Amino acid sequence: MTLKIGVPSKGRLMEKTFDWFGARGVELARTGSDREYAAAVNGIDGIELVLLSAGEIPRELAAGRIHLGVTGSDLVREKLGSWQDKVSELALMGFGHADLIIAVPKCWVDVNTLDDLDAAAAAFRAQHGFRLRIATKFHRLIRDHLRDHGVADYQLVDSQGATEGTVKNETAEAVADITSTGETLRANHLKILAGKPVHKSQATLFKSRNADWNESTRATLATLSEKLGIQS
Amino acid sequence: MTDKAQIRSEAARLMAFFEAKGAVAVEADILQPAGTFLDLYGEDIRGRAFVTHDPIRGEAMLRPDFTVPVVQMHMSDGAEPARYTYMGEVFRAQEESTHRASEYFQVGYEVFDRDAPIEADAEVFALIQDALSPLSLRAATGDMGLLLAAVRGLKTTDRRRAALLRHVWRPRRFRALLDRFAGRAPLPEGRAALLAKDDPMQDAGPQIGLRSAVEISDRIEALREDAAAAPISTQEVELLDDLLALRETTVNVLEHLRDIAVDMPAIADAVDRLEARAEALAKRGVDVDNLDFEGSYGRTSMEYYDGFVFGFYAETRPDLPPVATGGRYDALTSVLGRAKGHEIPAVGGVIRPEIVLELTAGGAK
Repeated sequence: MTLKIGVPSKGRLMEKTFDWFGARGVELARTGSDREYAAAVNGIDGIELVLLSAGEIPRELAAGRIHLGVTGSDLVREKLGSWQDKVSELALMGFGHADLIIAVPKCWVDVNTLDDLDAAAAAFRAQHGFRLRIATKFHRLIRDHLRDHGVADYQLVDSQGATEGTVKNETAEAVADITSTGETLRANHLKILAGKPVHKSQATLFKSRNADWNESTRATLATLSEKLGIQS
Repeated sequence: MTDKAQIRSEAARLMAFFEAKGAVAVEADILQPAGTFLDLYGEDIRGRAFVTHDPIRGEAMLRPDFTVPVVQMHMSDGAEPARYTYMGEVFRAQEESTHRASEYFQVGYEVFDRDAPIEADAEVFALIQDALSPLSLRAATGDMGLLLAAVRGLKTTDRRRAALLRHVWRPRRFRALLDRFAGRAPLPEGRAALLAKDDPMQDAGPQIGLRSAVEISDRIEALREDAAAAPISTQEVELLDDLLALRETTVNVLEHLRDIAVDMPAIADAVDRLEARAEALAKRGVDVDNLDFEGSYGRTSMEYYDGFVFGFYAETRPDLPPVATGGRYDALTSVLGRAKGHEIPAVGGVIRPEIVLELTAGGAK
């Protein structure tokens, strides 16, 4: 039986993943044409490479359809409730760094912290008759974070892209999104709230707790772990 | 795991008990419009309820509690005073993998009576205690009205009192605010720098979004006022801490509260009510000499309780959720009745028949 490892199917995340494994003597390579989602692993037997959208890798890991997977730590925490019960972290891979942050218009000079955001939300609701809207696609992470910090009178509105534009379009008052440099936020006249980010994300090699771990896949993982220099 | 048919028949038995005491049986839809619950409980309810989508009605929720639909039903066409009983499933999503059920039966009893609220408090508690009397349960009580009165009586600005009242049900946040208003915690990051500026809007960039420049300058004005306000005195904070830390029998608590009320006259009325309630409970055969009272009881529940609160627990089974919980929720009726401009004092409680069965089976072994 082969050990299935899911990696992002395109872009920098895929290239960096290939580089990371390559630097450790495990060569991942795409096969077939540029457009065909097929790949192979050289340097170690018994592994099948599965190219997937990074956003679907958490779900595939949780279902146990892949044994290992590379994806952002933010995606695993957002998409899987009780993620520690479903996957474990084998290695932080040191790339794909991004912070999940909450940002408000720069013109809100009175709002710098979650504490301020909470007070502004109370006043906003009294003034406008509805709860202050925060646009995001990270519903679980943001809701947990705001609950832990005692923020009330807000609502999350779903935004799957161009989130930074929602404030100017008046479909949200604030945003919660992933950023690495903050440039898009600044360009859209937004500022990040002070304090630690909601989550500091990076590409991570995860192990599924629900996959079929039999003698052969366990042996393959042991060999792979040794090559990669990680604890499995 | 107890059989669902057994749970249903136990629920029916409990409901018949309440009907025999004069309650009218009512039903509520399982599919509820989500908006009401979201406006009441905030976004947190989304993580705790099953949210679904109806193509016509928009966002809907599987009934997370009966209180809201029963209040709505009563306010639209109920006559007063009214006593209702109901039974059925409620649905609570469990985001973390706990062993808690995500759907379970409740049997409830709710009283809408504006003339004799204290009698109604005692009636609901005593009835539920009667219904559960074969199980030897520990009852815990509290009174959110006491805490709310204490906060309303603090010698500080209206804004600070409003901020504290808003967060009474979020103990950590409440504590952080109280510490800051008492001058025991630093200002949030950036606050001092903002207030030091002659023109805070300098370098603010373009005005974007729905929150207007007036709203921003209003808040800066409020922050300036707050910075100039005297801290809440150490004595007041200590009295509030005393109140929150109370954990004694009702009789001892009353004595203790009389002492606190000397320095905190704002709670005197609430203490009178507590005493009157203790008498009303005693008249109904409740052993108030041994009835536990906790100053913080009711602060972390999702419900909208703002007066008398109570719960019944199986002490030998700390793994089980409370067998019954309830309380007074006058604020809920005023929020839900706002559109029609009326409110009505209300108190009620729910029993979980599944837990009753579990304890009965356990006792029979």
